[in-house]
Amino acid sequence: MRPFAYERAADVASAMRLGAASGQGQSDARVQFLAGGTTLIDLMKLDVLRPERVIDLAPSRGEHQNIEWTADGLTLGAFAKMAAVENHATVRLECPAIAQSLQQAASAQLRNMATLGGNVLQKTRCPYYRDVSWTACNKRDPGSGCSALTAPNRNHAVLGVDDTCISQYPGDFAVALMALEAAVQISGPLGARQIAFADLHKSPEGHPEIETTLRSGEVITAFKIPAAAWNRRSLYLKVRDRASYEFALASAAVALDMDGDRVRQARIGLGGVAYRPWRALPAEAQLAGKPLTARNAEEAARIALQDAKTHGGNDFKPELARRTLVRALLQAGALQHA
Amino acid sequence: MPTVTRRTVITAGAALAGVALDPVIARQREAAKAPPGTSTVRLNVNGKKQQLQLDTRTTVLDALREHLHLTGSKKGCDQGQCGACTVHIDGERVLACLTLAVAAQDLRIDTIEGLAAADGTLHPMQQAFIDEDGFQCGYCTPGQIMSAIGCVHEGHANSDAEIREYMSGNLCRCAAYPKIVDAVKLARGRMEKG
Repeated sequence: MRPFAYERAADVASAMRLGAASGQGQSDARVQFLAGGTTLIDLMKLDVLRPERVIDLAPSRGEHQNIEWTADGLTLGAFAKMAAVENHATVRLECPAIAQSLQQAASAQLRNMATLGGNVLQKTRCPYYRDVSWTACNKRDPGSGCSALTAPNRNHAVLGVDDTCISQYPGDFAVALMALEAAVQISGPLGARQIAFADLHKSPEGHPEIETTLRSGEVITAFKIPAAAWNRRSLYLKVRDRASYEFALASAAVALDMDGDRVRQARIGLGGVAYRPWRALPAEAQLAGKPLTARNAEEAARIALQDAKTHGGNDFKPELARRTLVRALLQAGALQHA
Repeated sequence: MPTVTRRTVITAGAALAGVALDPVIARQREAAKAPPGTSTVRLNVNGKKQQLQLDTRTTVLDALREHLHLTGSKKGCDQGQCGACTVHIDGERVLACLTLAVAAQDLRIDTIEGLAAADGTLHPMQQAFIDEDGFQCGYCTPGQIMSAIGCVHEGHANSDAEIREYMSGNLCRCAAYPKIVDAVKLARGRMEKG
């Protein structure tokens, strides 16, 4: 790990001031925020992230740990720990996909450390990104190339990629946030703003080193999931090599507003298969108004993955993702208590 | 007279034999003499408050093992992927290898060394691991025990399946898992009785 200056931000306002020089780059970001540390400390040890200054947000935590349910929906403070939200009875009842996406992520110890805000900003697990001995990595070193295109790429993305980067976004919580049309509240040196969560992460667009639309010094403060008829009938299905403590090979967050056997509206997020948290809008449109049958679910899944682009090692992913989505849809349809 | 541990015996023996110490250890000893890039860090470990002069980059795990000579917490992967370094910070089970010591300043850190009572009576979880033979080589065991205590306190030890799921952050290369589950169940019953 390279030497760095450690500072503690007394509150979010101080954090923004201290972080205002952070810039948008990846390994060249001179200032990084520290929340749970489960991404930052890991990648600093690997010499992937090399900040000169680390601003500890821990003292700011008290302001934004709230978990609130109102008629408008669910508000989750960005500094709430994953474990706290996963275990919250109201979250489990009102937005099961959210609770399940958190419960199936990482390990109990990591969920005790990690904040929601940090979780959505986690980095790819691409082995060529994480190992600096692979010098071709456009995300770490813009313009250097992409090692994954011609090396083993079993768990790389098939959706939303371009020829500069095929890394996979590995998080779960973000997939549920996409499906449930969440908004994210951000505080920065230029003030507070709210954007659709779907507008937080970027596609590579030839510059995979820029991953989010966050500006210098900005801190995520809260997530808001709007009240909706589909929230209760939702789930998160994660398919992976191990039964637990493993990233997704393919995952689906689905939420259904049903009228008997017919789908009024569907909301679908996909994980384990995309460059960024993924919303399957065309698949949702396909299902709207139709009976929830295996055939209709399969057609929606076909549409969801129709633009998939594979690179050899991950040729299996589109089929796995389709089957995962079909299973998730049918399981959501069969939920009794919702 | 320094404490007699495996580490002091081997180190002294190597010095006597004129064998060069591992350069990493040598650098760590040099670094421990307060160079720039360090600060005073107040750590509360097993109830004992102390001040250490630490490189800012020092993790809680390295502070425990290298500076406080509390080697019960193990460095299995140093990447947060194995759970062998599990300790409690402010009563929550967390990974010491991904926590900066300076970020844990003034927080209560509990390690495996602090579990037994002053008279030597083992914590119910430690006793259960012995009673159920919940270990083979023992390397993952301190982390398993600390994690298991957290699992019970969190209310996630209600069934075999739940124990397996909520203990999934602790890997055991010897595959002692079935006996670990038995140990957690046994301890839970004893801990509930107080």
